[in-house]
Amino acid sequence: MKPAPFAYYRPESLEDAAQRLADGMDEGAMIIAGGQSLVPMMALRVAYPSELIDLNAVSGIDAPVIEGGTLKIPALVRHAAFHAPDPAFGVTGQLLSRVVRHIAHYPIRQRGTFCGSLAHSDPASEWALTAATLGAELELLSVRGTRMVAIEDWCDGAMSTTREPDEILVAAHLPLLPESSAAGFCEVSRRAGDFALGMALAVIETEGDRITKARIGLGGIEEIPRRIADAEAALQGQPATPETFAAAAEAAMEVIDPMSDASTPAKYRRDLAGTVIRRALADAATRLPAPV
Amino acid sequence: MTDKTAITLTVNGTEHHIECAPRKTLADALREDCGLTGTHLGCEHGVCGACTITMNDAPVRACLMFAVQAEGANIRTVEGLADGDTLSPLQQFFIDEHALQCGFCTPGFLMLIDGTLRQNPDITEGELNEVLSSNLCRCTGYRNILRAAHRARDLARTEPAE
Repeated sequence: MKPAPFAYYRPESLEDAAQRLADGMDEGAMIIAGGQSLVPMMALRVAYPSELIDLNAVSGIDAPVIEGGTLKIPALVRHAAFHAPDPAFGVTGQLLSRVVRHIAHYPIRQRGTFCGSLAHSDPASEWALTAATLGAELELLSVRGTRMVAIEDWCDGAMSTTREPDEILVAAHLPLLPESSAAGFCEVSRRAGDFALGMALAVIETEGDRITKARIGLGGIEEIPRRIADAEAALQGQPATPETFAAAAEAAMEVIDPMSDASTPAKYRRDLAGTVIRRALADAATRLPAPV
Repeated sequence: MTDKTAITLTVNGTEHHIECAPRKTLADALREDCGLTGTHLGCEHGVCGACTITMNDAPVRACLMFAVQAEGANIRTVEGLADGDTLSPLQQFFIDEHALQCGFCTPGFLMLIDGTLRQNPDITEGELNEVLSSNLCRCTGYRNILRAAHRARDLARTEPAE
């Protein structure tokens, strides 16, 4: 359980990190921030970078900030930054503080980062689901410049992204949810802290007793966390009732392509998808603002 | 450079000038280069929590970071809890509540609880139980560890750590 030898470089700016990555990528240089997935992979010899370019000495990139109507989450923001909801982040902050408790364990959350989770792109990543459901935009830096990528164009398979080899994911930009919306989350895993077998994130807005807007995100079930349009359509204009939520869950179960493995067959995951969507919607319904 | 480099680790207030390769984990450096073998290694990939230490007062897995990354940080290990022969209140609670049997996981649990209470002395009972799910103990069945941790929490609320 010892990592293979590698060189170590600790830049003090993202530009220096990008230059170093451009110079070393052909040899196998990699970026490290929290390292809570990368270091175990190195210990297991699944990953063997020639050099680690450590972002931890770069200052000014460890706090989430509101910028241009979005919540900007730079590369060194740890999961633990979301434990206590920041009132300035409103409904979005409340949601993030509930979701974060499902990510691994407390000591892992002190070090692991939001952007690292998106770059790693595990199908069971809570942040990948959050980013997909809220419609995040990702900011990538390389020696060639900066580009923005919509979350729909980010993951291209399990643990695979469209990041170019010389690019660093330097920030995620999450659109802030309207204060009139309500967000619910449900995750099922075998034990506290385990990878999610399935999870759903639901955001609804209502007028009177009718749902006017809905976002349903599903994670851990398919290779890529994503919004399920058919489930959202089943909610449109309907009352926020258990019957409506069940119809949305049914709609999702018909269109998904669940992963299968030895302990968790696709049939189980399909059923679980319906369960977590129903529960996430029920959770959201309890958080709707009181009618005025 | 994959070769050994000279680094300085500050552990329990003492500076350790050591030479190690980048691939050496902080846990291995503490044990082999600083001579602090109280930090135990179980799984070596972040699952068991035996190697938990505090870095800048936050509990982290010492097997999931490299020693070269810990330069300049305030590191505390189980050796830093007692004051000479006088155990810390948390250590004494572990004895009083029979919160250990073989003792292999104990340093990790102690540093997990110590670091968590430094981060958040007002943590709720439910949240503290959730935090303790982070580490594995195969002897006690956890009940006694929970009791010791809850006593430490009650104390931290009245007497915050320095």
